[in-house]
Amino acid sequence: MNNGSDVNSIVHAADFNDVNVEEFKHLVSERALKGETMLLNMGPQHPSTHGVLRLLLELDGETVVNCIPDIGFLHTGIEKNMEYKNYTKAEVMTDRLDYLNNMGNNLSYCLAVEKLIDLDVPLRAQALRVILAELQRIASHLIWLGTSALDLAAMSVFLYTMREREMILDIFELISGARMMTTYIRPGGLWRDVPVEFESAVRKFLDVMPRRIDEYETLLTNNDLFIDRTKNIGVICADDCMRWGITGPVIRASGKPYDVRKARPYSGYEQYDFVIPTDEGCDIYGRYRVRVAEMRESLKIIQQALSRLPYGPVRSNNRKFVPPPRSELGTSMEAVIHHFKLWTEGFSAPKGGVYVGTESPRGEQGFYIEGNDGPYPQRVFYRGPSFANLQIMPLLSRGHFVADLVGIIGSIDIVLGDCDR
Amino acid sequence: MNESFEPVVNALTQRLGAEASEFRGEVTLMIAPEKIVDACRILRDEFGFEMLIAATGVDYWPETKPRFNVIYLIYSFTHNLNLNLHVPLDGNAPHLPTVEGIYPNANWYEREMWDMFGLRFDGHSDLRRILMPADWEGHPLRKDYPLGYEEVQFSFNYKEVDSKKPYAKD
Repeated sequence: MNNGSDVNSIVHAADFNDVNVEEFKHLVSERALKGETMLLNMGPQHPSTHGVLRLLLELDGETVVNCIPDIGFLHTGIEKNMEYKNYTKAEVMTDRLDYLNNMGNNLSYCLAVEKLIDLDVPLRAQALRVILAELQRIASHLIWLGTSALDLAAMSVFLYTMREREMILDIFELISGARMMTTYIRPGGLWRDVPVEFESAVRKFLDVMPRRIDEYETLLTNNDLFIDRTKNIGVICADDCMRWGITGPVIRASGKPYDVRKARPYSGYEQYDFVIPTDEGCDIYGRYRVRVAEMRESLKIIQQALSRLPYGPVRSNNRKFVPPPRSELGTSMEAVIHHFKLWTEGFSAPKGGVYVGTESPRGEQGFYIEGNDGPYPQRVFYRGPSFANLQIMPLLSRGHFVADLVGIIGSIDIVLGDCDR
Repeated sequence: MNESFEPVVNALTQRLGAEASEFRGEVTLMIAPEKIVDACRILRDEFGFEMLIAATGVDYWPETKPRFNVIYLIYSFTHNLNLNLHVPLDGNAPHLPTVEGIYPNANWYEREMWDMFGLRFDGHSDLRRILMPADWEGHPLRKDYPLGYEEVQFSFNYKEVDSKKPYAKD
């Protein structure tokens, strides 16, 4: 190991194996400096880190003494780029933030823009947004269930969950033409109305899914091996969650029923009848129980929203912010002017900042957008739940084995695109 | 303004000289940088704002007074209220005290602000870059930091642009 005396001893991307204790001496224990504990790199290319996350582990034998997360390997400067695009164009980048929750990102961004420019959204668009956000939540939880069970060596669950996720992606492809990067939710409503096949496709999914969730549960819920690997591991209490800004299934698995959909309802969530699942376990198993229960609640919400889906327009009629329909362009000069202005310059937003939080599958996700009287935002800040939740890795992992670390990373369900932006 | 905010706003305006404003239903308190720790302590201990949702900065370059604005988004579980704290900062290399002692998760948000805006947090336990590599120069989210593109060569600036291009010359 380097002694840190020269400039070249800063840890570069290329020489990870050469960990510099000097750089981290304020974070590791005294024993690491004496060489009694070992510093070990995990990642950024480790298959169980769910992306490019580097963890610097201080180990005493097999036991984790400390864990220092190192993020930023997927930083793509999305916030900077959004400052150089108008509000409509910047939305395309939100799909790429949390790449397992594309509809949810679009929704948070559009809600923030709509709040900033004070734009109305028709009821049909609001109900469809709820359906899509909940489908996306199920898809994200399916990926989580499959991969985190796979991390604990339960191979078959992954194959089943990917099968059901495919049904959701097919629905997204049906409505928007894209499986993941949909950009379907737009400021003022939706890109266009859903096709007639949408309802039957969603109903088919609703018929199939409850039985499939039961199947996953038969594989895991009472599985002794799974319980051994998950009970009493990665424990955090509700007070620590609040102090550290932890949201989503992690805080709910610690017994605190905090859900943005109930606390500050958006898009008409207050009309739907659903409960916030909680668990008192505070551990990986508790988070598993919460997420599985959430999938069932999401199905309930979709069922209700679909059965009372109102008819009507799916885009706001405010032509200063929302482009006119194609059919008007041939007959109305006004429509041509609005179309031209909106697709070249874009709309302007007033000075002032707004924050809107929504409930993503991982926790509270939000956009702080500040306008400056022009078509470009002054600042777009994305509050990613993974960034906040990853910060408690040291708290969760101290005293556990290296093998349990994999389960803990899985249980807080990080997406590095969400974390690094 | 929503009446549940009144005690909070009154306390902070009288005791710390904060300025309250409202935009689209969101209440914002403008606070001087040296008073931010006291403000956070009062909010957490007396008014039940338990959680720091996020903290971030805004750059208003080329303006210098204030050039930056640091924004703390704070949430109260007890009262289900959101509050924004704004801390305006003058000059190109400002510094302000850390609120890590009150909200421990400010650690990473302040590291991000140091990395992205070059704001120094006095008393921070681990002020390293977080998203950019450790040896990166500059602070990318500042407005005077270019987005990154190749400059177009015209006849009037051909030599100047050529001299900056990274290919081997002779």
